[in-house]
Amino acid sequence: MSLLQVDALTVRYGDVAAVNDLSFSIERGESVGLVGESGSGKTQTAMAILGLLPPTARTNGSIRLGGTELLGASEKNLNALRARKMAIVFQDPMQALNPFVRVGAQLGRILLQHKLADRKRAYAQVLEMLERVGLPDVERQYAAYPHQMSGGMRQRAMIASALITEPELLIADEPTTALDVTVQAQILELLAEIRRDTALLLITHDLGVVAGHCERMLVLEGGALVEQGTTQSVFAHPQHAHTSSLLAAAPRLDRADIPGGAPGDVVLQVENAAVTYAMQGREALHAVRGVDLTVRESETIAVVGESGSGKSSLVRAALGLVPMQAGRVALCGVHLQGLVEERPKATRRSVQLVFQDPAGSLNPQMRVAKIVAEPLRVHKPTLGELQRLESVTAMLEKVGLSAEYLDRYPHQLSGGQAQRVAIARALILKPKVLICDEAVAALDGTVREQILKLLRDAQTESGLSIIFISHDLSVVRAVSHRVMVMYMGATVELADNESLFGNAKHPYTRALLEAVPVPDPEHAGGKATLDGEIPSALNPPSGCAFHPRCPYAQEICSAEAPGERTVDGALVKCHFAGELLERR
Amino acid sequence: MKALLAIWRRVRTSHAAMVSGGILVGIFVIAIVGPVVSPNDYLQTNFDKMLSPPGIAQLQIFGTDDLGRDLFVRSMLGVQVTIVIAIVASFVSLVIGVAYGAIAGYMGGRVDAIMMRFVDTLYALPFIFFVILLMVAFERNFLLIFVAIGAINWLDMARIVRGQTLSLREREFVQAARLTGVSTLRIIFRHIAPNLIGVVIVYVTLTIPQAILVESFLSFLGLGIQEPQTSLGALVDAGVNQTEGASWMLLIPAALLAIILLCFNFLGDAMRDVFDARDER
Repeated sequence: MSLLQVDALTVRYGDVAAVNDLSFSIERGESVGLVGESGSGKTQTAMAILGLLPPTARTNGSIRLGGTELLGASEKNLNALRARKMAIVFQDPMQALNPFVRVGAQLGRILLQHKLADRKRAYAQVLEMLERVGLPDVERQYAAYPHQMSGGMRQRAMIASALITEPELLIADEPTTALDVTVQAQILELLAEIRRDTALLLITHDLGVVAGHCERMLVLEGGALVEQGTTQSVFAHPQHAHTSSLLAAAPRLDRADIPGGAPGDVVLQVENAAVTYAMQGREALHAVRGVDLTVRESETIAVVGESGSGKSSLVRAALGLVPMQAGRVALCGVHLQGLVEERPKATRRSVQLVFQDPAGSLNPQMRVAKIVAEPLRVHKPTLGELQRLESVTAMLEKVGLSAEYLDRYPHQLSGGQAQRVAIARALILKPKVLICDEAVAALDGTVREQILKLLRDAQTESGLSIIFISHDLSVVRAVSHRVMVMYMGATVELADNESLFGNAKHPYTRALLEAVPVPDPEHAGGKATLDGEIPSALNPPSGCAFHPRCPYAQEICSAEAPGERTVDGALVKCHFAGELLERR
Repeated sequence: MKALLAIWRRVRTSHAAMVSGGILVGIFVIAIVGPVVSPNDYLQTNFDKMLSPPGIAQLQIFGTDDLGRDLFVRSMLGVQVTIVIAIVASFVSLVIGVAYGAIAGYMGGRVDAIMMRFVDTLYALPFIFFVILLMVAFERNFLLIFVAIGAINWLDMARIVRGQTLSLREREFVQAARLTGVSTLRIIFRHIAPNLIGVVIVYVTLTIPQAILVESFLSFLGLGIQEPQTSLGALVDAGVNQTEGASWMLLIPAALLAIILLCFNFLGDAMRDVFDARDER
C-alpha cells in the first residue's frame, strides 16, 4: 500500500477549481517533486493533504495517508496525524516560526504537546535534532529567538521542527525559494541527507531543484496533473506540451543567447563608490566599499551576489536614491552629484530602474495609462493629452499589452503584465541606461523568458545599456555580456560572460556556479561547496572578506586584503587568482 | 465626472452605506426644510404653552421647552449647527492634518523632527483650558468653536498620516517617481496622498462624531453655542434639568445625536471598503 494515496482530488473556490481531478500516490521513503507555475495548484494540493485549506474551499475526492482518510477527518484526528505522520516546511521560516518563543522551546513544545517525550528527554532530543540539521553551537541556538538567526539557520530550525516527530511524510513547499543559491544548496543537501525513511513531497517552481533531489516528479497545469514519471524519463522525454515548455523555459548555465554587436562608448561610469548606512547607536554599516562599474552602449552588464552583497545599494547610490559617501558617477561624461532630486532634469530621464516586485513598483491608486504617461508629463509637459495617450498606447503595444489595459489598475494585472507596465514606464522616455533590479526574480519561467526577450529587443532596437542585478546565475548567463560578482560590498570578479561561466577565477564565483541547480538529472549541480552564510557587514572579516568561507584560504588571506589582478582578461580580487585551476 | 459615477456605483452596492447615508440625508433635509415650513419660530416664547408634550396641535410634534419654544424647530436648528461643525471641523483637520503629516513624513529627517515636535507641543496644551481661554479672551463666538475643534483634531490626523507616509515613502512606486523626476509636491499629493485614503477615511469618520461630541460637550458646559442659538448639546443640557415631567426635552435631542453619530460611524466603515481601489474587480 502506498504511503499517500490521492484520488480524484478537487479543490474549488466558488466556480474556480484550484485543483482539478488530481490523482497520485507517494510510496514510503520516496522523494517526489511537484512542479508547476504559480497558480497551478501546487500549494493548494499540499494544504489539502495537511487539512489546512481555508473554510471557503470545497473539496471532493479522497486523500489517504497510510490507509486513513484525511478529507473530512475531524480537526482532532488531523492534529494527531499532522504531528506524527506528516509535517511541512514552508517557504518563509520567519513567518512559520513564532517570533516570541525561543527556537528550542518551540521544538520542545511539539514533543510535549504530543506526549512524545517528557521535559528532560525533550531537551536532549531537541538539542540532538538541532545538531542533526547542522546548526553550530546548538546550546546557543536552543536559546535563540528566530530573528537572531540568519535565513538559512532559520530554515534549518524549521526543518528540525518538522522532522523532530519523525513523520512518515514531509511536505516542503518552496523551502529554498527565499534563500541564496549557496544556502539553497546546503538546505537541499540537508533535506536529502537527514530525512532517512521519511517520504518527501517537494513543491517547487525550479526544475533544477527537482532534477537534483527527486526520484519522481508530477507536473501540474491549471490544477490538473499533466504528466508524471521518474525524473529521468520526464526530463529526457517529456510527453506533454506543457512539460516541454517548462523545460524549455528553465534557464541553464550551458546556454547563452546574447545579442551580438560590439558595445559602443561608455555611457555610465561609477568610480570607487561607497555606501554607508548609519545604524542607530551602533557602528555604521558599510554596504558598498569602493566599487567601480562601467557600462557601454548596447551592453548588458550583470551584477551578481548573494543577498547582502551590496548590489542593490550600489545601483541605488548610482541613481541617487540613497546617498553615496564617496566616489563619482558620470553619465555620458556628465558628472552627477548628490541625490536624484538635486540632479539636472535632463540626466534623470536617461537612467531608469525596473524593480523586483512588479506590483509594488506601480502606484495601486493609478490606472495603467496614467502610470505610463507620468514620465511624459514631467519631461514633455508641452505634449497634449491626445498625443500623450498615443505615445502611451504605442509604448504598451511595444511591451506586448493592448489598449484594453489602459484603464486597468495594477491589482488587475498578473505579475508578468505588471512588469511589462513597469518596463513601459521605464522605456517611454527612451533612456540610455536601464537598471533591472531582480526584475525577473518574481516571475514564472515562461513569463520570465518573455520579459527577457522584451529587454533584448529593446536593446537591439535602441542601443540601450542594461545593468542587470540578479542572484540567479542562470538568468545572468542568458542575458549578459559581462558579469560582475560582488561579495560583502566589493567586487571579487569581473569578466565577460563566456570566461566567467566557462572558467571562473575567484573561488566565490566557482562556489556560486556549483551551487546553481541545473535542470538535468544527469548532472544536476546544486552542490553545496560553501559552508555558512555571508557574514554581517557590521563586522566584516579581516583581510579578504571571503576567507572564512573559502576552501582555498591560506594565512595571507586573513591578514591582507587581495588587490585587483588581471588574469586572462578578467579582473579578480584573490591572492591565488591565477593558480586556482591547477589546485583543483 | 466619470470617476464620481464609478464611486457612486460602488457606494450603491454597500447596504450599510446606503441605509446610514439615507438616514443622514433624510435628517439633514428635514433639518433644513423643517424650520422654514413650520409655523413656529425658534425664538418665539409662549408662556401659555410651557412644557407641553409632543403632539400635533400647532404642529409642535416634539412639544415645547420650559419657555414654550417649539422643540422641533429648535432641535432642527441644533442638527444644522451640529452638521456644520462636524463638516467644517473634520474638513479642517483633514486638510491640515493630511498635508502636514504627509509633508513631515515624506521629507523625513530634521524637517520631520521639527514638525512633529510642534505637534507634540500642541498636544501638551490642555484642551478645555485652551477653549476657556479663547472664550474669555474673545467674545463667545460661533467661529471660535470651529477653530478650537479643528485645532485639536488635526493633530491626531497628522500623526497617523505621517506614520503611513513613512512606510509609503519607501515603496518602489515612489522611488520610481523620484527617479523619473516627478516633483516632490506632486509625489506627495499624487502618489502618497491617494494611498492614504483608506486610513484617512476611517479617521475622518472617527473625527466627525468626535467633533460633534466635543461641540455637544462644550455646549453642555455652557461654553459652546449661546442662547438663543442652540445645538444638540445645548438642548440636551437644557433637557437634563427637566428629566422629571418633561423627559422629551432630553430624549429627543439625545436620540437625534445618537442616530447621527451611529450613522456616521456606519457610513465611514462602509466608505473605507468602497474607496479602496484594490477591491474593484
